[in-house]
Amino acid sequence: MKRITKTGWVTLIGMLALAILPPYFLLNGNAFYMDLATRLVILGIAAVSLNLILGYGGMVSFGHAAFIGLGAYAVGIPSYHATWGGFDLIASYNGLLHLALAIGVAALFALITGAVSLRTKGVYFIMITMAFGQMAFFLFQSLDVYNGDDGLTIDVRSELPFINLDSPMQLYGLSYVSLVIAMLMVKLIVNSRFGMVLQGAKDNNERMVTLGYNTYFYRLTAYVISGAMCGYAGFLLGNFTTFISPDMMHWTRSGELMFMVILGGASTALGPILGSSVFILMEEVLSSFTIFWHLPFGLMLIGVMLFVRGGLMGLFKGKGE
Amino acid sequence: MGTLLEVKGLMKSFGGVTATDDVHLDVTKGEIHAIIGPNGAGKTTLISQLSGALKSDAGTVLLNGTDITNTPAYKRAKLGITRSFQITSLVMGMSVLDNVALAVQANDGHSYKFLKPARSISHIRDKAMENLAKVGLRKRADDLTSALSHGEHRQMEIAIALASEAELMLLDEPMAGLGPTESALLVDFLKQLKGQRTILLIEHDMDAVFALADRISVLVYGRIIATGLPEEIRSNDDVRHAYLGEE
Repeated sequence: MKRITKTGWVTLIGMLALAILPPYFLLNGNAFYMDLATRLVILGIAAVSLNLILGYGGMVSFGHAAFIGLGAYAVGIPSYHATWGGFDLIASYNGLLHLALAIGVAALFALITGAVSLRTKGVYFIMITMAFGQMAFFLFQSLDVYNGDDGLTIDVRSELPFINLDSPMQLYGLSYVSLVIAMLMVKLIVNSRFGMVLQGAKDNNERMVTLGYNTYFYRLTAYVISGAMCGYAGFLLGNFTTFISPDMMHWTRSGELMFMVILGGASTALGPILGSSVFILMEEVLSSFTIFWHLPFGLMLIGVMLFVRGGLMGLFKGKGE
Repeated sequence: MGTLLEVKGLMKSFGGVTATDDVHLDVTKGEIHAIIGPNGAGKTTLISQLSGALKSDAGTVLLNGTDITNTPAYKRAKLGITRSFQITSLVMGMSVLDNVALAVQANDGHSYKFLKPARSISHIRDKAMENLAKVGLRKRADDLTSALSHGEHRQMEIAIALASEAELMLLDEPMAGLGPTESALLVDFLKQLKGQRTILLIEHDMDAVFALADRISVLVYGRIIATGLPEEIRSNDDVRHAYLGEE
C-alpha cells in the first residue's frame, strides 16, 4: 500500500468536507450554503477540466468559459423549444439528449478551435483561445430567438432517469459525484502514457518531437477531452441556475476559471477545487462588505502569486513532495 | 556495409547568412562519422536539418534510400533517426527514469492509452532502467532531472538516444562542458557502441574525435571542405589551414 502524501490527506479531507457539510446545512434550513456549494462544485468541475490542459498540458486557454456556455445552452435551447415549440429535431426535456448535446457540441467546438489555436504558442495561444471564446459570446448575444443579451430562463430542468434535478439535494449529489469522477479521470489520464507525453510536451516540446511524438495531436486530444468535460459542467450549471445568458461565456468568466486553477494550484488534484472554493467564498464574503470587493480580492491574489509557490496547494506540501 | 544516410546539395540560409551551403555527405552503416569545424560553421544547423527540426531550402536527404527531405521530425524519429542536443534538452520536471521511459514508450506503439498508469508498465520501465545503467545513472533513476549535474544531463542525453533504438544517432557535442575524466568515460562508452549503431558525431574535443571517428568531414562556413579517414584529415593542408593549423 502506498503511503498517502500530505497533499493527498488534504485532498481527502477537503473532498470529505464537501460531501458532508453542504447537505448538513441544507437539512438545518441553511439552503443558501447549499446553493453556494453547488455553484462551487460545478465550477470546480470546469476548473478541473481546465487544469488538465493548463496545469498538465501547459496550454493557457483563455476561452474556457465558452464550453460552459455551450453546455448550458444545450440544456436551455432544447428545453425552450419543448415549451414554446419549433426546432422539433432537438425540442425535448430529455436530460440524456441535453447531456449528449452538451458534451458533443463542446467537444466539436474544442476540436475545431483547438485545431487552429494549437498551431500557435504562448501569448498567441492565449489570445486566439480568447478570440474563439468571444466569438461564441457574440454569437449567442446576437441570437434574438433566445433573447440575446438578456438571456434565457430555463422553465423545465433536464429530465434524467432516477435523478430529479429539481431537488437541490439530488442536484448537489450529482454534481459532487461528477466532480469526483472528473478528478479521478484527470488523475488517470495524467498518469497514463498519454499523460506522460502531454506533460513531457509541456516541459520540452522539442525533445518530445525528437523522440517521435506528434505532440500537436496529443495536445489536441487533451484539449477536446477538457472541452467536453467543461461542457458537462455547463450542463450542470444550466440546470442549477435555470437562467443562462451569453455572459456565462464572456472572457472575464474564462479569466475567473484561470484564477481558480492558478490560485488553488495548477497541476494538483485538489488545486482547482480549492481555488474555486476560495474564489466563491471570498466573492460572497467580500462583496457583503463592499461593492468594490474586487480590490481586496485582487490584492489577495497578488499576495498568493508572490509568496506561495504553486498556489494555495503549495501551502500544504509536505517535505519532498 | 551500405550507405545509411545520404545528403545531396543541402542548403539553408537565415536571411543573408548561408548556414548550410551545398552540403554533400554520406554516412555508412555502422560507422562513427565525425563532423568538425570552427565555431559558427553550421554544424548544429546541419544536425537540425537532418533531424527535421529545421526545413531545408534545397537538396535531398536519403535514409536507407528513402527520401526524407520533407518528412516531419516526429516521423524521422520513427524511421530511425535520433539526436542529442548540444544544449541539454530534457524534460526537467520529470524524473530521470521518466525521461528515458518516454524514449522507450515512443517505440512501443502509439501513446493514446489513457487507463494504465505509465509508471507501472514494467517492460518500458525495465528497458529504460537498462539504458540508464549503461551510462551509469542507475542510482539517479528516481531523482528529479533538474536536480542532476551538467555531466549527468549529458549522460542522460546518451541514455535517451540509446533507448530510442534509432539506427542513426546524431550526437551534437556530447562532450560539451564535461571534465576530462567524464569525457574519457564517454569516449570509452561510445567506442563500445561502434558497429552497433551508426553515429554522426559533432565534437570540438579533437582527442575524442580522433579516438572515435572512422571518417571525418570538415565543415567550414556551411561547406564540407574535406571528407576522409582521420589521418587524411590530419594531413590535409586545407583543413590545417582552416581549422587545425593554429592549434
